[in-house]
Amino acid sequence: MIRLEAEPFDAGVELASFAASAPGAGAIASFVGLVRCESGGRDVSGLELQHYPGLTEKTLAAIAADARARFELTSLVIVHRYGAMEPGEPIVFVAAAAAHRRAAFDAVDYMMDLLKTEAAFWKREHGPQGPRWIEARAADLDDRARWG
Amino acid sequence: MATIHFLGRLQDAVGTSALTVALPGGVRDAESLRAWLGRDHPALREPSVRIAVNSSLHPGNAPLAEGDEIAFLPPMSGG
Repeated sequence: MIRLEAEPFDAGVELASFAASAPGAGAIASFVGLVRCESGGRDVSGLELQHYPGLTEKTLAAIAADARARFELTSLVIVHRYGAMEPGEPIVFVAAAAAHRRAAFDAVDYMMDLLKTEAAFWKREHGPQGPRWIEARAADLDDRARWG
Repeated sequence: MATIHFLGRLQDAVGTSALTVALPGGVRDAESLRAWLGRDHPALREPSVRIAVNSSLHPGNAPLAEGDEIAFLPPMSGG
């Protein structure tokens, strides 16, 4: 399941709801990404995540389909924010359910690496030094390259 | 007429997030649109900038038609 959210979500509620919809799974792994209060030595007062309706959903669906094709999953979920958010708020929640833990762990790791480089979002940080656009870091591209 | 969106830092580079323009006669595909707009806005010529047509990313050079929605996309980053 894939959902775009403008408002903050509760990762605990998301996990409980996902677990309830994944009966019979032997393992569930999950990840929550949060807005940092500092980035590259600069204070961050807020993050703006721009999306492109129509394309953003397609890129998320493609990432979910890739994960399903690559790992033996019984189900997965991606919840992704867009719009304005503040430090400490969740940006993304990803979870995968599988018969065994390895597929669940790896699928979450894989989906996050793809989200960082292939999901149609553009980030702008706001802070005392003014706004700046952020693009995928070299480390994000290296992480993505691990999967071939 | 075609609608052209500029995402992320490209909206600062171009000075607007969207334009509606009549495509000149010689602009019938995504790459010729890039070359045409790129004369005034060099950021659009960067190889990392991709072009979506009607909310889809096409491999290669997509043909353009009247009424298309086009978007110039700098490198993406979610999560």
